[in-house]
Amino acid sequence: MKKPLITFDNFTFQYHSQAEPTLHNINLTIYEGEKVLIVGPSGSGKSTFAQCINGLIPYSFEGEITGNVMIRDKKLTDTSLFDLSFDVGTVLQDTDGQFIGLTVGEDIAFALENDEVPQKKMKEEVDHWASIVGLKEFLKHRPQDLSGGQKQRVSMAGILIDEAPILLFDEPLANLDPQAGKETISLIEEIHQKTNTTILIIEHRLEDVLYCSVDRVIVFNEGNIVADLPADELLKTNILTEHGIREPLYITAMKYAGVNLQQVKDLSNIEKVHTSNLKEQMEKWMQKKAKISVPPLTSPLLTLKNLTYQYTRNNHYVLNDISVTFNRGDMLSIVGKNGAGKSTLCKAICGFITPQSGEMSWTGQNFTDYSIKERADKIGFVMQNPNQMISKKMIYEEVALGLQLRGVSEAEIKERVENVLKICGLYSFRRWPISALSFGQKKRVTIASILVLEPELIILDEPTAGQDFKHYTEMMTFLEKLNEMGVTIAMITHDMHLMLEYTNRALVVYDGKIIADTTPVKVLTDPQLVEKASLKETSLFTFAQHLGLDDPFLFTENFMAYDQEVRLK
Amino acid sequence: MNEHQMLGYIPDKTIIHKLNGTAKLVFLILLSVACMTTYDTRFLIGMTVFSLVLFKVSNIKWHQISFVVKFIFIFSLLNIVAVYLFSPEYGVELYQSRTVIWEGIGRFTLTQEQLFYEFNLVLKYFCTIPLVLIFLLTTNPSEFASSLNRIGVSYKISYAVALAIRYIPDIQEDFINISLTQQARGFEMSKKGKLTQRLKGTAQIVFPLILSSLDRIEIISTAMELRRFGEKKKRTWYAQQPFCLSDFLVMGVAVALTVISFALFKVNDGRFYNPFR
Repeated sequence: MKKPLITFDNFTFQYHSQAEPTLHNINLTIYEGEKVLIVGPSGSGKSTFAQCINGLIPYSFEGEITGNVMIRDKKLTDTSLFDLSFDVGTVLQDTDGQFIGLTVGEDIAFALENDEVPQKKMKEEVDHWASIVGLKEFLKHRPQDLSGGQKQRVSMAGILIDEAPILLFDEPLANLDPQAGKETISLIEEIHQKTNTTILIIEHRLEDVLYCSVDRVIVFNEGNIVADLPADELLKTNILTEHGIREPLYITAMKYAGVNLQQVKDLSNIEKVHTSNLKEQMEKWMQKKAKISVPPLTSPLLTLKNLTYQYTRNNHYVLNDISVTFNRGDMLSIVGKNGAGKSTLCKAICGFITPQSGEMSWTGQNFTDYSIKERADKIGFVMQNPNQMISKKMIYEEVALGLQLRGVSEAEIKERVENVLKICGLYSFRRWPISALSFGQKKRVTIASILVLEPELIILDEPTAGQDFKHYTEMMTFLEKLNEMGVTIAMITHDMHLMLEYTNRALVVYDGKIIADTTPVKVLTDPQLVEKASLKETSLFTFAQHLGLDDPFLFTENFMAYDQEVRLK
Repeated sequence: MNEHQMLGYIPDKTIIHKLNGTAKLVFLILLSVACMTTYDTRFLIGMTVFSLVLFKVSNIKWHQISFVVKFIFIFSLLNIVAVYLFSPEYGVELYQSRTVIWEGIGRFTLTQEQLFYEFNLVLKYFCTIPLVLIFLLTTNPSEFASSLNRIGVSYKISYAVALAIRYIPDIQEDFINISLTQQARGFEMSKKGKLTQRLKGTAQIVFPLILSSLDRIEIISTAMELRRFGEKKKRTWYAQQPFCLSDFLVMGVAVALTVISFALFKVNDGRFYNPFR
C-alpha cells in the first residue's frame, strides 16, 4: 500500500482580489514516490494548485480557504512557509529571475546559509550536489553566464540540497531551448530514480515532458480537475484538445489516419507505441497525399552582407560574417541555442547595435547608416517582455504614441489607431488601462503599437513564450493574418511546432553564423543540424522512423500540409 | 553611445580584488571619515595620489566607470559653483586673511583664500570617489554583504544592499534595451535631438523600467522566501573569506592614516591647514 503524501480534501480557494474561486472542490491524493504531470491552459488554476502545496498560499497570496490540504502530516493552514519549505522544494518558472547568489556555488548554498550551516560543511554539500547535476567546474561562474539548461540545473541543485521529499517544478521548460528542455526532463527523471522523491511537474508542453515517463497526468481547467489518468489512458481520449491543451503531434497523426487508439499499446512512449498493422494504416493515410503549396517567388526586402559584430575587440564574434536576404512576404523563423546570436542579429537589423563591418540594404538602397528611428519606419521590433515596451497607462495612448511623435494629425491618428486595434482584436478594450490586461493581451498591445507605424517588416522575439495553446493559436493566427496582408514577419523562437506550422522558412543560427537557411521541415528532419543547433526533431519524424516508414521526411511534410488544411476548415 | 556600460563587480586577480571585503570596507569607511573631516591640504594631496595609485592597481577600465564619473563630475562642479555663489568670501573668513586677486562685481570677489578653500573641496572628491568606485568594482557583492554583517549590520539589510549593487548592471541593461525600443518608436534620444526632447524621452523610460524592476523584485523575493531567507536571527555566508595577513595590514594602514589625519588637527590648530598665516 502506497503512502499518501499530499491530500486535497474538498479544497476551494478564492483570492481576495477575485470574485470567483480559482480552485473548486479539489479532491486529490498524491502518493509517496510518484511522478505526476499537471497540465492545463493559462488561468486553469494549475499554478494556484502548486502554490497551495509550497505554502505561498496562504502566506504570500491571501484568500479564502475551505476544505483541507495535508502535506505529509502537516495541515497547510497551520504550517508556516518556513516549516513547509523543508518538505517541498520549488523550482520556479523564471530561471534567470530566481538566482539569488552571485555565483553558482553561492546560489546552491543559499538555503544552507539561511539554516546557519557552518561554511565548511556548506562547501562540502555544495560540491556534492554540484557534481550530481554536473556543474562542478562551474561553481565560480555567474549563473547568468551559463546556458539555459545549465541554469536550470543550478536552480535544481539549490533545491535538491534541501533534500525535501517533494519537488515541485513550475513550468521548467519555459525559456529553454529544445535541447536544454530535453536535458532538464532527463535530469528530473534521473533525480526521481536516484532519490525516490515525489515529483510534481507543471507544464503545458506535454509532448516535451512525456519524453520521460510519468505515473499520471492531472488536467486542470477552470479551477477543476477534469482528468486524472495515466498518460497512456489520457492520450486515448479527447480530453486534452477539448480543454485547449495540445496533444503530441504523432497522436494527432494517428487520429487523422483513423487508427483506433483504444487498441494502441504504450501510447505515451513514442519509441514503443505499437498496435497491429500501425505502419500499414499510416502508409495508407500517406497515399491521400495533401497538396503541398509552393511559395510564390518574391522580391528581396532586406539584404545583409558579411555582417560581423563583437562586443569588444578581443571577444569572440557574436555575429560572424552573416549574409542573408529577407524576402517580401516571408514568414520566417530564426532558431538556435540560447546565446547563438539570434537576438544580436535582430538588434543589428534594427540599429540597436552597430556591426563592425558589413552592409545592409533595403530594397536595394543602402541602409547601413540609417539611425534607429529611420529604420523603425520600415522595421518594427517587438521585445519578448511587453513590460519593457509599454510606457503609457491607457491602451489608446500607448498605440497612438509613435504617431504622435511623428507629428501625424489627430484625426489621422484616431483613424489609424482604431483600425489597428480592430486588427489586433483590442478594439473593445480601447479605453481600458493596460494594467488590466493579461500577458498575451499586453503583447498584442505592443504589436499594435508597432503595427500602427506601418512597418513592412516586423521582428518578434519569442512571440508565444509562456502562453498556453489557445493563446498561442490566437497569436499565431493573428500573425498569419498580418502576413497575408503583406507584412513580412520574422520570429525568434524556441518552439519547434511554431516554426514547423507557421513559418515557411527557417534560419538556423549557430555560433554567430547562419548554418542553414531552408524550410522548417528540412531543418527538423536533419539529425545532424538538429543536434548542432540544439533543436529537437519533431515527434512526427521520430514516429515515422520508429514505424520504419520509407520516407519520414515526406511523412512530416504531408502531415503539416494536411494539418494546415484541417485547421483552415 | 557606449553599448556596454557596466558599473558592477567584475572578477579579476589583482591584489585589491583578493583582499577581504571586510578589510576593504573598514579601509573605505575610515579613510572617508578621515578625508571628509580634514582640510589639511598636504594630507589630501597625499591621499589623492594614494587613491589614484590604488585605482591604477585595481585594473579598472575607463569604460566601466565613464558614465558615473561624468555624472559625479557634473554634480561636484555644481556643488563648487554653489559654494562660491552662496558665500564668495567664505575662505577669507576661514583663513582670516584676504588676498584679493580680482575685486569682481558686487560681492563676487575672487580671493586666493576662497580658491584655496575650494581647491581643498575638489581634493576631497579626488580622494574619496576613486576609493568608493574601487570598492564597488572589486568587491564581490555577496562578500560585501557578509562583511557588512560581520561589522554588525543586520544580515537582511546587508543582503538588500548587496542585491541592489548586484542589480546595477542588470538594470542598466534594461534601461538600454527600453531606451532603444523607445527610440525605435520615435523618441529622438541620440545627439541629434533637442535637449527637451531627450529629457522627455528619458522620462518615458522610467515607467517601463519601474515595471520591469518590480517584476524582478517579486520573483526574487518569492525565491528567497521559499528558501527560508529571513527566518532565523543569523545566517552563515558561503562567500565569506577568512582574514589574511594582508587584510590586517590594510586595516592597519587605514587606522594609521586616520590617526595621522586626526593628529593633524592638533598640528594645524583645527581642521584647516592655513598657509596664509
